[in-house]
Amino acid sequence: MKSFTYERPGSPAEAAAAVARRPHAKFIAGGTNLLDLMKLQIETPAHLVDVNGLGLDRIEDTPEGGLRIGALVRNTDLAADERVRRDYGVLARALLAGATGQLRNQATTAGNLLQRTRCPYFYDTAQACNKRRPGSGCAALDGVSRQLAVIGGSEACIATHPSDMAVAMRVLDATVETIDAAGAARTIPISELHRLPGDEPERDTTLEPDELITAVTLPKPLGGAQVYRKVRDRASYAFALVSVAAVVQPDGTGRVAFGGLAHKPWRVEAAEGELPRGAKATAEAALAGAHPTPDNAFKLALAERTLGAALKQARA
Amino acid sequence: MAGSSANAALAALPEIAKAGPAGTGGDAPVTARMAFTVNGERRELDLDLRTSLLDALREHLHLTGSKKGCDHGQCGACTMIVNGRRINGCLTLAVMHQGAEITTIEGLGTPDALHPLQAAFIRHDGYQCGYCTPGQICSGVAVLEEIRAGIPSHATGDLTRAPDVSEAEIRERMSGNICRCGAYSNIVEAMTAFAGDPSSRSQA
Ligand SMILES: Cc1cc2nc3c(=O)[nH]c(=O)nc-3n(C[C@H](O)[C@H](O)[C@H](O)COP(=O)(O)OP(=O)(O)OC[C@H]3O[C@@H](n4cnc5c(N)ncnc54)[C@H](O)[C@@H]3O)c2cc1C
Ligand code: SF4
Ligand code: FES
Ligand code: FES
Repeated sequence: MKSFTYERPGSPAEAAAAVARRPHAKFIAGGTNLLDLMKLQIETPAHLVDVNGLGLDRIEDTPEGGLRIGALVRNTDLAADERVRRDYGVLARALLAGATGQLRNQATTAGNLLQRTRCPYFYDTAQACNKRRPGSGCAALDGVSRQLAVIGGSEACIATHPSDMAVAMRVLDATVETIDAAGAARTIPISELHRLPGDEPERDTTLEPDELITAVTLPKPLGGAQVYRKVRDRASYAFALVSVAAVVQPDGTGRVAFGGLAHKPWRVEAAEGELPRGAKATAEAALAGAHPTPDNAFKLALAERTLGAALKQARA
Repeated sequence: MAGSSANAALAALPEIAKAGPAGTGGDAPVTARMAFTVNGERRELDLDLRTSLLDALREHLHLTGSKKGCDHGQCGACTMIVNGRRINGCLTLAVMHQGAEITTIEGLGTPDALHPLQAAFIRHDGYQCGYCTPGQICSGVAVLEEIRAGIPSHATGDLTRAPDVSEAEIRERMSGNICRCGAYSNIVEAMTAFAGDPSSRSQA
């Protein structure tokens, strides 16, 4: 691991200013993703700004009837919150399908959203990877791409976003609140937080380096049956090959987002009109234009079947 | 506490700024004073900021009960209980735990006064080589607390109800502790026995 300096500021504005002040500074929250990458020297920050002392660890009701989740709320606490379990079941389920009890006790809401890809070539510093080293190429394109993206990728990168929670946040239309070093606050719809790789795969999100996530807000509950269905190589403690977050109303209308397919949680609102007609029609509409590799073409069939199973579960 | 460590770290900045290539992390260590309570005893250390909580305990406090299997959050051998919650000691920096209360296997029981879950592991053969065992036991103690506190898991059927101590719950919640020897079914038996023992409640 490369050496770094460290500070633990007491307010969000100070934290953002602390990152802006120094080159190669980064926020650290639970550390479960950043430290992993620092040990491998995939991330080499020169300065760490610990955000655990910012008082951003509460879940509050909003005047609109939703919830405002502090950026530092641990994944365990979010999944265990009574309101989340009752009104946002898809979110609780997605959180509980991710990682392990130990990791969820450390992992935070913001850190989970901003965790980096699990592309094996991103992790292997001996390989070309445009995300890790811009301009070096993409070893995954001709490599083992079973876990990688089937849609929304580019010639430069076919990585997927690994978060389960983010898929549920996307189906719920969460918004992300940030503050920057100048003290300016901004609200970003979750659909605009994560990017497609394009020719800048090194940028996972639309955030500026000194932009601190302060909270994630959920609109008022959608009701309906809420399902998160994750397919992985073992029954627990593995990243998704494909996952489906669905909110289905009694009349069969609803919303659906997919995980494991793209560089961001994949939701196509226009395809949701097909939901009453079933999984096949919906998946075909949502995944039109997919560009799988021979290794991961199975994900298209798997996505349709996982959606089918999710819809069946929602009707049960 | 956190403040003074931050200052110590910041005071060392010029060194590091010289050491690193073009502003990225460098090679010269930056140290800071860290203080936490480990198994009831207050400990203070001057450590390289890069030191994980696991390495602080194992290499510097010589508490080698917590094990390093993977150093990447993938095996659970380093599981310890920090402020009442189990975490992976390998994926967190010691400096982030100023003032914390840390419990390792050494703090749960001793050879003369075993923690009831340790005794249950022995009774039910919950190990072979024993390497994963300290992590399994720290995790297991915390898992039963989590179930009692009503924290749900992937195996919980109805999210609006309190979870129960079932085999499915134990298996899912213990999935972050890998056992290379495959002692899983005996670990579940040991935990089930411990959970059913009313005297276990105050022992965690
Ligand atoms: C073995 C293993 C298995 C896992 N399995 C799964 C899984 O199945 N599903 C899943 O979804 N996840 C999984 N994870 C990933 C885990 O969910 C993430 O590591 C965790 O959510 C990251 O949160 P953190 O708070 O620890 O982030 P950190 O590591 O602290 O930070 C991650 C990134 O976010 C930035 N950041 C943190 N907080 C803020 C903020 N407030 N504002 C701006 N930037 C910020 C940091 O600078 C860093 O770049 C797994 C991890 C491991 C190690
Ligand atoms: S797919 Fe993206 S992350 Fe993976 S090697 Fe290619 S550029 Fe890197
Ligand atoms: S050593 Fe920490 S999880 Fe493996
Ligand atoms: S007893 Fe050997 S690894 Fe679990």
